[in-house]
Amino acid sequence: MELSEAYLERYSRHILLQDVGVEGQEKLAAAKVLIVGAGGLGAPVALYLAAAGVGTIGILDHDLVELSNLQRQVVHFTKDIGAPKVDSAREKMLAINPELIVKTYQDYLCAANIHEIIAGYDFVVDGVDNFPTKFLINDACVMAGIPFSHGGILRFDGQTMTVLPGQSACYRCVFRTPPPPDAVPTCSQAGVLGAIAGMLGTIQATEALKYITGAGDLLTDTLLSFNAKAMTFRRVAIKRQPDCPVCGAQPTITKLVDAEQSVCDLKR
Amino acid sequence: MNIRVNGETQVLEEGAVTVARLLDIQKVESPDMVSVQRNGDFVERANFGSTLLAENDEIEFLYFMGGGACKCQGDSLLSWN
Repeated sequence: MELSEAYLERYSRHILLQDVGVEGQEKLAAAKVLIVGAGGLGAPVALYLAAAGVGTIGILDHDLVELSNLQRQVVHFTKDIGAPKVDSAREKMLAINPELIVKTYQDYLCAANIHEIIAGYDFVVDGVDNFPTKFLINDACVMAGIPFSHGGILRFDGQTMTVLPGQSACYRCVFRTPPPPDAVPTCSQAGVLGAIAGMLGTIQATEALKYITGAGDLLTDTLLSFNAKAMTFRRVAIKRQPDCPVCGAQPTITKLVDAEQSVCDLKR
Repeated sequence: MNIRVNGETQVLEEGAVTVARLLDIQKVESPDMVSVQRNGDFVERANFGSTLLAENDEIEFLYFMGGGACKCQGDSLLSWN
């Protein structure tokens, strides 16, 4: 295919990279990435993947933009308050890069819909914060064989890990079951420094771009954590667990069930 | 006894220290929120009280951390906005 001058210019800084080049840029154009959550993590992921020229980007979020989101969810602007987050994010992604296909899902993920939604995507970015959905994304992606990036932030801290199903440790290898509801600080209780979402989200976006282009080594079998107060980063090696209930030798979780607290229950 | 917790050396004055006691000593507020690795292997939560630490153990506390997207839908939900 003949590449236009504008294409070569837009992506020139990628094309200059030996590990990306025209070939890598074409892989990005052909790739499909699903971003789950158009919030603090999903916002920078959406902006960077759109700018990078990922050809098809899906974005899922049920919520509307609120004033308190704007401190960190940089894809949403003051004018967007009250609009669906997925529409706000889509508008910004297309403003950066009009040639993308952006699919929006104004919905919650639950056991009933996740397989259908993630099917066909090459990579999934977990930018949700409720643990039942984090486990659901892990389990569904492991079952479907779709690589994904886990991400979490709280206060001044962040953590992330990339999972290649069947090859590397999954989220359940680290955390077997969702924590008890009262054990988890909530955002309204604990807070988060806005830029932490950018620090962690851009790592997740980088992992997606690395996976698609094949550049470098993914953050697999490793939990990366940082504390921005001390600005320390720490990598902890994680072994894939042979007795993992979802990716182990004899999985006990073979079909998806909504956790008791699934957000989907709230719709019923 | 000298051990390392999340990469930092800790000197434990007590003789026999279990994982559960270490969580207590380290003032981990919510042990239910923590996965514990000892020398690269996970310690089952049920064994926190019976697993004794040894000299030069490398201990990692891995914390649950949420993300950045979900709106709080109710008190029962594990979400923060």
